[in-house]
Amino acid sequence: MIEVQNLSKFYGAKPAVDGVSFHVRRGDILGFLGPNGAGKSTTMKMITGFLRPTSGTAKVGGVDVAVDPVAVKRQVGYLPESAPAYAEMTVVEFLEFVAESRGFRGADRAAPVQRALRLTHLESVRHQTIETLSKGYKQRVGFAQALLHDPAVLILDEPTDGLDPNQKNEVRALIKELAQEKAVILSTHILEEVEAICTRIILISEGRVVVDETPAEFQARQPGARLDEIFATLTRSDV
Amino acid sequence: MLQFFPVFKREFLGYFRSPVAYVFLVVFLMAAVGLAFFLGRFFDAGQASLQSFFLFHPWLFLFLIPAVGMRLWSEEKRTGTIELLFTLPLTTLDAVIGKYLAAWAFLCTAIALTFPMALTVGYLGDPDWGIILASYLGSMLMAGSYLGICSLTSALTKNQVISFVLSVIGCLILVFLGWSIFSELLETYLPVFLADLLANFSFITHFEPFTKGIIDLSDVVFFLSLTGFTLFLNVVVLER
Repeated sequence: MIEVQNLSKFYGAKPAVDGVSFHVRRGDILGFLGPNGAGKSTTMKMITGFLRPTSGTAKVGGVDVAVDPVAVKRQVGYLPESAPAYAEMTVVEFLEFVAESRGFRGADRAAPVQRALRLTHLESVRHQTIETLSKGYKQRVGFAQALLHDPAVLILDEPTDGLDPNQKNEVRALIKELAQEKAVILSTHILEEVEAICTRIILISEGRVVVDETPAEFQARQPGARLDEIFATLTRSDV
Repeated sequence: MLQFFPVFKREFLGYFRSPVAYVFLVVFLMAAVGLAFFLGRFFDAGQASLQSFFLFHPWLFLFLIPAVGMRLWSEEKRTGTIELLFTLPLTTLDAVIGKYLAAWAFLCTAIALTFPMALTVGYLGDPDWGIILASYLGSMLMAGSYLGICSLTSALTKNQVISFVLSVIGCLILVFLGWSIFSELLETYLPVFLADLLANFSFITHFEPFTKGIIDLSDVVFFLSLTGFTLFLNVVVLER
């Protein structure tokens, strides 16, 4: 579903992402790991068409994002980091706006909005303005917005950030459930999360892919070690 | 389908979801009417016309339209919602047009709400309604051009204060070029043809005929092309 070839982004002479390549198939949940500033978010922003790559290509469902960004955006559900939303709108108004922008007009928009509210358990706050919600609820609004159109590809930048342990488990279960017929990329700092739900790990450090393997292979690098110890070994050059 | 419409709708209703819209409408109406009464001597003139009212619009817009336009894009950048907006299946042009038209519709609402002024002269005398309608048309077109500049400067920064100052300066230049006091000053330093050419880029030069009831195609084209040009630059800046 997602093919990334030699993707690079330079700010001046400094590379933020430097020649990243990988594939994600339907049913995959790809865990994006790496220290802060390693290039995880930048890579995601290039796949979603928000940022232009300096070089290389990103294709979603066979469509090059540089050639037809709107077609890519139609297939992708994206949760940006810290889940931005129009704070003065109520949850329902916001989701209806997203639904309309995604082509659900008039009576057609009720069903996807209802479904998104149900999946993310937002029914109780549906008429509250987003600025009055707690961080956990705001994160769920961002999540609802991303899966509203039942996209084939989900790109989630730190989806469990700011949630309490119960909510984290709930979101993980939801991602797992949805991922059966989707391709999912999620970035995270939480290594247990990768272990719990991801089918593959990509570790990025200084804009390059350092590791691309299954969680089991990752664990096998240092049998018996905790994941954060392996992480520390692999990214030591950043410290 | 009209892809800009959801953006337009969200943005336009957004003004009324916060107190900003109501504060702006009150300030705008008080300032517009106040200037006509106290500076323009609306009553003392003893004429059934709104000329002393429309005379101040270029100056009023100078501060009030940047106040509306400054948040258009800088707010989206500051709160990060721009990332959301540009990962929806819209082109940059859709987003620019949607937001611009929403702000313009809001300004037109504000201008239209000055209708009691027209009713007053209609009650007190026998005004030329053609001139009044032409003036309203000119005022709305001019507001559109101010807004184009403000939308552009707002896309340049995520800081609303910088955006406001840049907009005021941009609009100020375009007002000053046609202000009689300033253009006479220019004529003493520059050849007359050059001073005239510069004056041709001014809001005032192109707005005045409307207030006399003259709808000249060249004035309409001036406002529309200035708006179109600033919105084109706006798209370029956002896609950079």
